[in-house]
Amino acid sequence: MPSLLHILILMPLLFAVLIALAPSKQARAIAAIGSLVPIGPMLVALWKFDWANGGDLHFVSSYNWITDLGLRLGVGVDSVSLLLIALTVLLGPICVFGSFSAVKDNPKVFYGWLTGLQAAMIGVFAATDLVVFYICFEFTLLPLYVLINLYGSSNRKRAATKFFLYTFTGSIIALAGLVYVVFHHRGIEGDWTFDIATLTSTAMGMPVEAQALVLLALMLGFAVKVPLFPVHTWLPLAHTEAPTAGSVILAGVLLKLGTFGIYRFVLGFVPEAVIAYAPLIAVLSIIGIIYAGLICWVQKDVKKLVAYSSVSHLGFCVLGLVALNNVGLTGSVLYMINHGLSTGALFLCIGMVYERFHTRSMDELGGLASTMPIWSSFMVFFVMASVGLPGLNGFVSEFMCIIGTFQSSPAWVLEGRAGAAGGSLGPWFAFAAGFGVIVAAMYLLYMTGRVVWGTPKHPAGHDDDHSELPTDLNKREISLLTVLAIGCLGLGVYPTPVIEAIEPSVERTLAPYQDLLQAHAAEVGVRHEAASEEHSEPHAESHEGGH
Amino acid sequence: MAEKIALIWPEIVLFITTCIVMILGLSPNKQWRSLCLPASMAGLAVAGVLAVLGMTSGSQSETMLPNLPGFIKITVVGVGLLLLMLQGGLIDRREEALVASGRAFSPLRTNRAEYYSLVLFSLTGLMLCASASDLIWLFLALELTSLPTYVMVAMSSSRGRAQEAGVKYFYLGALGAATFLYGFVMLYGGTGELKLGPMAGVIATEGINNITLIGLLLSIAGLAFKIAAVPMHFYTADVYQGAASPVTAFLAFVPKTAGFVALLLVCSVAGWSYGESGNALPEAARIMIWVMAAVTMTVGNVLALMQSSVKRMLAYSSVAHSGYMLVGLLAGPGDGTFGGSGVSAVLFYLAAYGVTNTGAFAVIACLEKRAADRGEPLEVEDFDDLRGLWKREPVLGVVLAVSALSLMGFPPLFGFWAKLPLFTSGIAAGEITLVVVLGINSAIAAFYYLRLLKAAMIDDAKGTADSPDRPMHHPAYSLRLATGVLSAIGVVALVPMAGLLANGAKDAGLYANPTIDRDEGPITVQSEPVDRQIEEPSV
Repeated sequence: MPSLLHILILMPLLFAVLIALAPSKQARAIAAIGSLVPIGPMLVALWKFDWANGGDLHFVSSYNWITDLGLRLGVGVDSVSLLLIALTVLLGPICVFGSFSAVKDNPKVFYGWLTGLQAAMIGVFAATDLVVFYICFEFTLLPLYVLINLYGSSNRKRAATKFFLYTFTGSIIALAGLVYVVFHHRGIEGDWTFDIATLTSTAMGMPVEAQALVLLALMLGFAVKVPLFPVHTWLPLAHTEAPTAGSVILAGVLLKLGTFGIYRFVLGFVPEAVIAYAPLIAVLSIIGIIYAGLICWVQKDVKKLVAYSSVSHLGFCVLGLVALNNVGLTGSVLYMINHGLSTGALFLCIGMVYERFHTRSMDELGGLASTMPIWSSFMVFFVMASVGLPGLNGFVSEFMCIIGTFQSSPAWVLEGRAGAAGGSLGPWFAFAAGFGVIVAAMYLLYMTGRVVWGTPKHPAGHDDDHSELPTDLNKREISLLTVLAIGCLGLGVYPTPVIEAIEPSVERTLAPYQDLLQAHAAEVGVRHEAASEEHSEPHAESHEGGH
Repeated sequence: MAEKIALIWPEIVLFITTCIVMILGLSPNKQWRSLCLPASMAGLAVAGVLAVLGMTSGSQSETMLPNLPGFIKITVVGVGLLLLMLQGGLIDRREEALVASGRAFSPLRTNRAEYYSLVLFSLTGLMLCASASDLIWLFLALELTSLPTYVMVAMSSSRGRAQEAGVKYFYLGALGAATFLYGFVMLYGGTGELKLGPMAGVIATEGINNITLIGLLLSIAGLAFKIAAVPMHFYTADVYQGAASPVTAFLAFVPKTAGFVALLLVCSVAGWSYGESGNALPEAARIMIWVMAAVTMTVGNVLALMQSSVKRMLAYSSVAHSGYMLVGLLAGPGDGTFGGSGVSAVLFYLAAYGVTNTGAFAVIACLEKRAADRGEPLEVEDFDDLRGLWKREPVLGVVLAVSALSLMGFPPLFGFWAKLPLFTSGIAAGEITLVVVLGINSAIAAFYYLRLLKAAMIDDAKGTADSPDRPMHHPAYSLRLATGVLSAIGVVALVPMAGLLANGAKDAGLYANPTIDRDEGPITVQSEPVDRQIEEPSV
């Protein structure tokens, strides 16, 4: 039975084909319509979704494809997937309208691939079948590869190739892990299936060693996409070289495919291994948060700075996920949406300046507040959202991720202390991650200070072309940024509805963790006692993670 | 006897076509001569219909893989039609031009008749491989597949490089043939049987003795030449580069398929019922294939990474693809489901690889450069020659891009669906390390396929205004273009039909070993005689 999701996936695909067939002059108009039209079914979906039971799959539909492999073309969403789809659909028109003045040559290819990318991204979130997920996940590479390659800046070819190869390599390894889960299911139930819900229920029975291997494979794949330290090196390059729309989509949605993958598959499939290795993943996230933040601090290129800040911010997102409690996970999912809005907006702002001055270097830009007051106001607003100013969206999610990390102390669970929510991290992790917030404030405010205020500078190449663009923003640009600003403000002031929407899905994901976490905490407690009693023997088995 | 003939009707028709084509090509009448290609294709198509009829009527070969012939034959017909189309305009190009400008036709100066019959002979041999039920038949069929290809390589171009390639291919091919013939002899010596079915019975009841085991290993080593697996891959790059592209496309599919069919048949004799899980080949063979698969993939991919010539790159990538398929051979029939059966995975992969690879080579075959010496036009050689292809020839660019992505295993193209069962069957057989190697190698392969994609679709053409690269000026250009387009369509259109194909491959991979049931445990030496379905009807 066809569902709303089919419309949402097929509509962009249809428009992409239309753009390919229509004459080049019409490409822009068709893309604009094609990006706005899906908002209709999206609103219907948001309205008809049963938010009270957000953890269940809605709008489910599936067709047999390769019966011998148990392969089905299945779609369905829970609340988290639906919210991420909403983010994707919202960012679609922003990318298209944001490229009107930037993309002049060969608009057909640009808008065609951009619209096609939209379909693939929605497909990733809507898939209920592993193979459909994987196909869409991989397919997102191709459009962005083309966009970066053809419309990027000077070093674009290297960036595109690096981006493609990093992610492709990662996801093949993830595929091996996913197939292992399928194989394990077959060993128990005797049939081949790629249905995610079915696999989630059987995968938990895997022995811990196997879980650890699957965790390794999946994390390798998704960590590249997120990206986590130390596999983040492709991202700054890709972001810097990508056209503005590419950067917005990359930061807004594509990076979330990684965190969404961790949320759905890593947390869903291998709980025991996640509990054992959460500290390790958290350490990597924290290194990413601080290390990338420090790199931001020394950047001259504004876009590169925001790119590295993505690495830093997504570190919080992963940290919230491995906190393994309600607050952390909810905060993390909220972070995915918030980061998409605020960082997407920052990339848009930088793109607008780049179109006017053809430079993004802080050495050449300065004092824009005097010549571009509207732009400067928006820039400061989104920087504040990104820094985590209370009242704007970044604050809520960042705070929740850190709180979640703080609470996830095994010792506190054992003591039965109020507020302890289970997990295998603890206050020290939160403390370390907290530095990231300070670092973020430092580099973002430093950058704003130089670019927006600072000494006014007039970069070369200011008035030679793009004469249709006024000195400050035009109405199109203002309306794009306004939409995102409303989102940032709304989610900052009153995030409750979204948080409530996320919670059922999070609770479902965390359901198998309650007992496991109790057991884990007890075990840690026993080990602690043993270690303190046998203090004279330093080799007491206080080694974390060895179940 | 009648059963056997019922099985080989497609081969018989193909053989008759060969004879007709041999006469047609010598006709002084131009119209008759130009019928060679259509007649070959018609014969192949009829063979295909007969193969389908044979499969639906349930005729089986008397081997451990009784349903193998039908699937292989239909694949061969499908890919063979594409390959035949691609051969158009390859042979007698200069001669026909001279005849058209008034020179008298002489059958002595033309090669058309021989060439098309060689192509058909080779395809016949490949089909016979699939129908083979004893070692002599298998050996003869393998030679019938290979011998024409040696000549085809040498004939394909008047340049010295083609002759060099032909000679090299022939000598190394002879070495390979000698090796697996020796292996076949040892198999016979060890079991006292020539027929594959009874031989499997003997091994199952008496266990595998050392002579048989050595025979098995030697056969695998010799057949490695046919599939271009390490260490028998050394000829690949030179031969693929030296031969004209249509012939290279032929080499990448036909001998490789023959080799894999033979490997499957030979391995099925020993059976996949050894090891701890009772689901593996005899330990020595398992280790040999394991190492061969890992090394073949890695060496092929790493060498492909270093090439600047597109054809050499595709040659080494073809080596790597053999390595992937060896994983399926190692996994064996498993539990008989599509996802668990490595045999089905190999068959499926052969079909996918054949279609995709033909598309890639068709694009290369469509392009040529003016030679400096005004002689026969040169083929495009380097990645640089392909740069900006999309802007010059959009259709060729798209075909090349689709082929490159499919060979890479990029979803949702056909190549991805072919690789997926290799993953599942490898994991199902417990070869997790090997599957990881396969995954890493797929990632390495992405590097050079992406380079191909980038050259064709992204990069700008070379700086010079009058680029010497152009599509060939020959009526056959449209045929080759059509081959490429059909292959690309196949790569996309076969995806919705993957279920059907998977079902076919599953049936074809059926392993006639009743002792596959795990409860009975692995067959040990001196165990009770086991009832074998295959022994009863074999006389």
